[in-house]
This record gives sequence, C-alpha cells and structure tokens, in this order.
Amino acid sequence: MPSRRASVVALLAWAGGVLLTAACNGPIESRSDDGPAAGGPPAYGDTFIQASIGDIGGLIPSLTSDQSSHEVGSMIYDGLVKLDKDLNLAPAMAESWTYSRDCLELTFKLRRDVKWHDGRPFTADDVVFTYQAMINPKTPAPFKEGFLLVKDVEALDPYTVRVRYDKPYARAVETWGTYILPKHLLESFAAAGTLRESPQNSRPVGTGPYRFQEWKPGEKVVLVANPDYYEGRPYLGRVVYRVIPSQATIFLELKAQGVDYVSTLTGIQYARQTEYPAFRKAYHKYRYPASDYTFLGFNLRDPRFADRRVRQAFAHAINKQELIDGVRLGLARETSGPIRPETWAYTDDVVHFAYDPEKAKALLAEAGWKDRDGDGLVEDRDGKPFTLTIRTNQGNDERKKIAEIVQQRLKDVGIQADIQLIEWAAFIKEFVKPRRFEVIVLGLGTGTDPDQFVVWHSSQRGPDQMNRTGYANPEVDALLEAGRQSCVQKERVRYYHRIQEILAEDLPMIFLYNRDSLPVVASRIRGVSPAPAGLMHNFDKWFVPKTQQRYTSG
Amino acid sequence: MALFALRRLLLSIPLLVGITFISYVVISLAPGGPLDFLTPEDPNASPEVKERLIKEFGLDRPVHEQYWQWLKRAVRLDFGRSFLPDGRPVLTKIGERLPITLFLNLIEMAIIVGLAVPIGVLSATRQYSLYDKITTVFVFVGFATPDFWLALLLMILFGVQLGWLPISGLRSLNWEYLSFWQQQWDFFSHLVLPIVVATFGGLAGFSRYMRQSMLEVVRQDYVQTARAKGLSERVVISKHALRNALLPVITILALALPGLIGGSVIVESIFAIPGMGQLMVQSVFSRDYPVVMGNLVIVSTLTLVANLVADVTYGLVDPRIRFGGRRGRR
Repeated sequence: MPSRRASVVALLAWAGGVLLTAACNGPIESRSDDGPAAGGPPAYGDTFIQASIGDIGGLIPSLTSDQSSHEVGSMIYDGLVKLDKDLNLAPAMAESWTYSRDCLELTFKLRRDVKWHDGRPFTADDVVFTYQAMINPKTPAPFKEGFLLVKDVEALDPYTVRVRYDKPYARAVETWGTYILPKHLLESFAAAGTLRESPQNSRPVGTGPYRFQEWKPGEKVVLVANPDYYEGRPYLGRVVYRVIPSQATIFLELKAQGVDYVSTLTGIQYARQTEYPAFRKAYHKYRYPASDYTFLGFNLRDPRFADRRVRQAFAHAINKQELIDGVRLGLARETSGPIRPETWAYTDDVVHFAYDPEKAKALLAEAGWKDRDGDGLVEDRDGKPFTLTIRTNQGNDERKKIAEIVQQRLKDVGIQADIQLIEWAAFIKEFVKPRRFEVIVLGLGTGTDPDQFVVWHSSQRGPDQMNRTGYANPEVDALLEAGRQSCVQKERVRYYHRIQEILAEDLPMIFLYNRDSLPVVASRIRGVSPAPAGLMHNFDKWFVPKTQQRYTSG
Repeated sequence: MALFALRRLLLSIPLLVGITFISYVVISLAPGGPLDFLTPEDPNASPEVKERLIKEFGLDRPVHEQYWQWLKRAVRLDFGRSFLPDGRPVLTKIGERLPITLFLNLIEMAIIVGLAVPIGVLSATRQYSLYDKITTVFVFVGFATPDFWLALLLMILFGVQLGWLPISGLRSLNWEYLSFWQQQWDFFSHLVLPIVVATFGGLAGFSRYMRQSMLEVVRQDYVQTARAKGLSERVVISKHALRNALLPVITILALALPGLIGGSVIVESIFAIPGMGQLMVQSVFSRDYPVVMGNLVIVSTLTLVANLVADVTYGLVDPRIRFGGRRGRR
C-alpha cells in the first residue's frame, strides 16, 4: 500500500504512514532494520515480487485513481518534489525551489542529469507540458484541482520553471510531486485528448528508478532497474507485481514464500496466523498507522444531530478502545481529528470524550431526551423514542462490526439503532450523496498536507461534494481559507491546530481510529528502514546480499 | 433440415437484439455508473472531469439512444473501447483472455465427459450395488462442495504443506529461463489444481445425467429384445443402450458451450488466472458498459448457436426427428 514516493496527487490512494517505533512497541515485532552490515554488502540483482489484489488501470497514473496504478506509476515516473521519510517535501527532479515574498511565484531549479528511459534529456519543457496536459479539459485526470489554481507556468530556461498563482496556495509545492510526463512522446495525444489511447498508457517511458518491461493484463506487471537513475541504480534488479484477486490466495502465496511483499495483512493474519517460527524466519512484519481514519458521521441536517450535545453524548457513549480491540484486534490507534498524526500540523491537545455512559445520558437529558415511560429508551418531549439507522457499505466486515458494537453501546444509553448494509455504489448514490442518512460509518484518507477545505468548508455541501455531514462553522470556514492561502508553515500550524480543537469539540463526526498498516517484507531483503512515511520511501536502496539472492534479475 | 436450420438462424437475430437491449437497460439501471468508479470518493477529485467523461461516453443521453448508438457500431463488430483508464478496445481485452479460458474449459469438458460417461453407465447398470452407492455419495459430495473451499484446501495441502504444486498463476516467474520441456511441465503443474477443482463439481452433475438417462433406456423394450436375441450384456449396453442414452447428454453438452467462454469466476479469481470470468465480473463491478456488452454479445450468440447446434445434432443422431419433419421435433 505505501507507494514508493510521494504521489502527492493521489492522497487517498496513497497510504504510507507513521511508524510509532514499531520495532519495539509490539510484542511480536520483528527486527526491522538489520542495516547493510547484516548478511553482506549491498548487491545488485534479484527480483522483488509483490502481490497486488487488483490489476492496474493504466500506465499513465495521472489518469487513474486506483491504488495499483499509482504504486506501479510511482516506480516508473518521478515528480519535481517527493516526500521524504518524515513526510516533509524534499527535492526530487527539482534540486531546489524558492517562493517569492508574496507566495505568488514559485521557481523550481531542475536537475540537469535526469534522462527519460528512452535516453532523451528531461527539461523544463516537460514540466510545462505536463501542466498543460493536466489542465486540458480533454484530459480525464481525476485529480487536477491543484493545477486549476495555477495562473501560468513558464520555462525560463531549460532547467528553470516558474509557476505563478493568482492567490497564494499552500499546497503549491506539493502539487508538483505529480508524475511528470514526456512531452516528446505525448504532445499530439494530449492535444487531441486521446492520452488514454496513447502507447505511453501501455508502454510507458518515465524518469523513475524502474523501467517498464511488460504488462500482462490480469496477470502481472514487470519492471527492471533503471541503470541511469539520477539517484543511482536501484539494487533490486526486477520488480514484479503479480495480480492475485483473492486475499486468501495472496496469504497462501505468502506462506509458501511465493511473494516477497504484501502491503497489509489483516488483523487476524498479523496477530495469529503468521505467528509461527518458519514465517518469522522468512518475513519481517511491520506496523504503523495507515493514512486514513474511520469515522461515525452524523447528518447535521437532521434536527436531532444539529444539537451538539447529542453528538457529544454519542461520543461519550462509544468506547473507541473497545472498537479497536474488537474490530482490529488492537491494531489501530484512537483518534480525535482528521489530521494525519506525525505530520507537522497535527496536535493531540484537543478535547477528548472518554467512554462514559452516565455523562452521555446526562447530555441527552439536557438536550431533551429522557426515558419518560420507563422502557429503557429515551424519548423527546412528545414521547417519540430516539431511533435511528446506522448505515454502511456491504462487504466491509470492519465497518459492519463497528456498527454492531455502536448499536449495543447506544442501547446502553437508551437509543435504539438499526443497522443497514448497502452495496457500495447504491450506498453512495442513494444515501450518502443526497444526504439521506442519519448515521454512517465510513473511512476517509488523510493527506500529508492538512488542507481539508473540501471536507469541512460550508461551501462544499453539495451532493457531489465532500462535506458529507453538512458541517458549517464560520470560524472553521475562515481558518480553512486562511490555511490554504499561506505559504508560511508557522502560520498554518496555528490555523490547523485551532481547526482540530474546534472539530474535536464540535464533532460533526466521531473520529474513531487510525488503522495500522501491517506490511510484511521477505527477510532476505535488507535496507528496509521504517519511518513516518512507511517503508517504501527508500525502496531504491533495498537490496539482497549476493549469497541470498533467489531469482535472476532479468 | 437445412430449411429448419436457416429459419432458426434468422429467428435468432431479433432474439439477439432483444437480449442485448434488455441487457443494456438492466446494466444501465444498476445503481452507480462507470464514473462513480473512475472519479473516486476523494476530497481531491475534480467534479468537472466527471461531467466531461459523461459527455464523452454519451452517458448524458437517454438509455434507448445510448443503446442505438451502441447497436449501430456493434453490427459492424465495433464494440468500442473500455471506459477504464486503459481505454483499450473491447475486442483486444476479450481476445487476450479468451484463449486461456477456452483452453482450460475444453480440457475440463473432455475430462468430465471422459469420466462421467463410464461412471454414469456403470452405476446405472449396477443400480443399488455398492459401486452405485459409493459413486452416489461421491457425487453428492461433489455437488455440495463449494469450489473456493475445495480450492483453498488443495492449495494448502499441495502448495503450502507439501510444496508439490504452485499455488496460483499460470507460469513461474523464471519461465523465460526454462528449457522447452521444463516450460511445458511448469505450465501443466500450474493447471493441475484449477482443473481438478473445476472438474470435481461438473463431474458430479454430468455423471448423474448419464446414470439417469441410462436407467431409462435399459428399461426399454428394444433393450429387452436385444437381450432376448442372445446378445452379450456388453454388446447390449454399449451398442444398443448407450447410443440412445447419449442423446439427452448431447443436448446438455451443447448447452454447456457458452459456459466454455464464460469461464468460472471463482476458480479464476482464486487461482489468479486472467480469464474471461474475471474480466466479466470486473467489468460489471466497474460498470464498464462496453466490455460488459461485448462479453454479453459473445456469450449470448454462443448460447443461441449452441441451441441451434443441439437441435441440429439431435436431428442427425435421432432418425425419429430427422424423418419426422418439423412437427416431430421435441
């Protein structure tokens, strides 16, 4: 799941994460970094086999939104910037960047030693072209918001690009982590709006650490190390993504050592089914928070939930730790806000609502919900009982279990909840978008940048927009606007800390937990160095000592 | 006979149009469209891309117009391009998956028929014997065993515990470096488990048909007559009874033809075989209308052809039908 580098554009697709000193905080944590000394010096060669549950959608990842495409794409393509292991923006194909004082002009200095896989030099023209292709209305790229805010992009010389904005845009630099596309191969296709049909979409040429070798749809994608990579030739000679559409089969392949890497195990696989000596010898297991959170969302248009005391009562009624233990076997961390922990904007200094049914009852009573007829359920002044339906999508066992546990806990405080599971497409179309729900259980991705304008701003409450609960708070609106219009991190920290404080108290949704990513890597692979960004951030430095290499590298 | 076949052939054209029209309407009615899957539930996705694609794919027009557009191209065998980001032609997508599905299913069919006929005949001729009882139990176990469960058990035993056979996929990763015979062996060893699993369930049903059909035939007068002539039991069964007993089985075989193309979703998914079954399910899940329709046309055409073939062969092997004219059919 964690992609090798910052495909900053695909925030959801991308789930690197934060390692909370995984090497020592779990009872079953294997050593995670043997360092180059163990097992011999770094060596070139061997093949890295990765299981992927879905096939890739295409090989121009800017046109796709599925995770597999972005995983593969991040190996083949590079951006001007990337995220380093601590989730900070770092130079990639740009060696440096500078802002003008008013935050409106951003100038990138490009590296001069970058070459496309076909040998052509990479220049500023490619950057300008990528921008033009992205904003072209004919280009079906699902993530282009960041580019639409750009005023113009200009190549000042072959190795200098200047980007100008009308208004300061906080995520400007991050936007340029996008995959840069080769102008010399795609210019005519982009102009005609036929990028999807171009040869590049099935035989891509990029600038990244791996070159494309083969895609057998539904079967595998094969990449080979790029010997001319500007950061040095990657050690692992070949990377194979095997498409295995069944979780059960992936796990069996893992047990038979047929794959070297699985991006995340299930809780039960991690905690129980991989705890035997042969497995621990063959693989290292890791554990760090994934970049998403699971929440219980209210429909704020419902007058009952418009009352903050009711929402807070729910928060007191729910035991987050119980959910984590029951649903994730403990493999998740409680959360109280939407910002990714361990990023610079995160704060834990907010109101926490501890599990406390009595307080929940008191808050409900204060809001007018009391048990008036002694049947154990609370009623309003007219004697109407508090009943609701918790809805979530079918096929997600975790969310179903959450709904069941929450149902029980709500009953404890006198609220009668039913559960309805609906097929994903129907759930989104019939319930979530038209906001025809009372309470939903869903997950949402967190980016590395804290800007969540589209999730919380009151202007984003339309049926096709992302403010699903219908949250509107003038103070939060102002902070969100200020936060996305500043390029000074020190100022932004203040805004986002305040937003987290407000959200934690206002509770437009109850933030339940951040799941843990539970990847495994074959133990013959060395150089793995877990960090807040996950595992894949230094993939090009992973290697297998000569004596332990298993496959030819092609 | 030729006239009959021709008539049936012509009749199947409006039938095919009807099938595709209903399919098109049904898939369009299913909640969610292709765009819900292309433009994700993501804070950073751009809404205007969605509108643009809706126009480009023609999804803003009423369903009957969409269908008409599709039909006009389909009669020229142009099934368009996939809605997915790879944007590849539908026929290419189907073409690269068809061979393996066809190959696997033909082998399976051959094994099923090869085993089911003797099993069925033996248990019919020895009705209520120990052998019959054992096969009956075996057959019902086969009926009742879910594919995926059997598959997982076999994978655990032969793949993980014993390590004799590969667990999934079609070829080993070092396939290119093997000698010719090693390559054949490698490919074969990957196919053993999927074929065993797929055959197991089919065998059960088919041998039951065979047994049933045989039981009916051996009670017929002409079989008695053959016995009364003093023919050996072997000749009676193999020459007189079996031929007649095979008639209904031929129909079932012909009707199984579309299944050869359809492939098995469960077997293909669990063994990671990139075949037609997987393609069909994925395209339905992602509401990839062109691929769904392309698949449907192929499968429904085959169904119609299979029906026709069944009727014609029936006429060929059964003189009562051949000489009975149209009224004598069925």
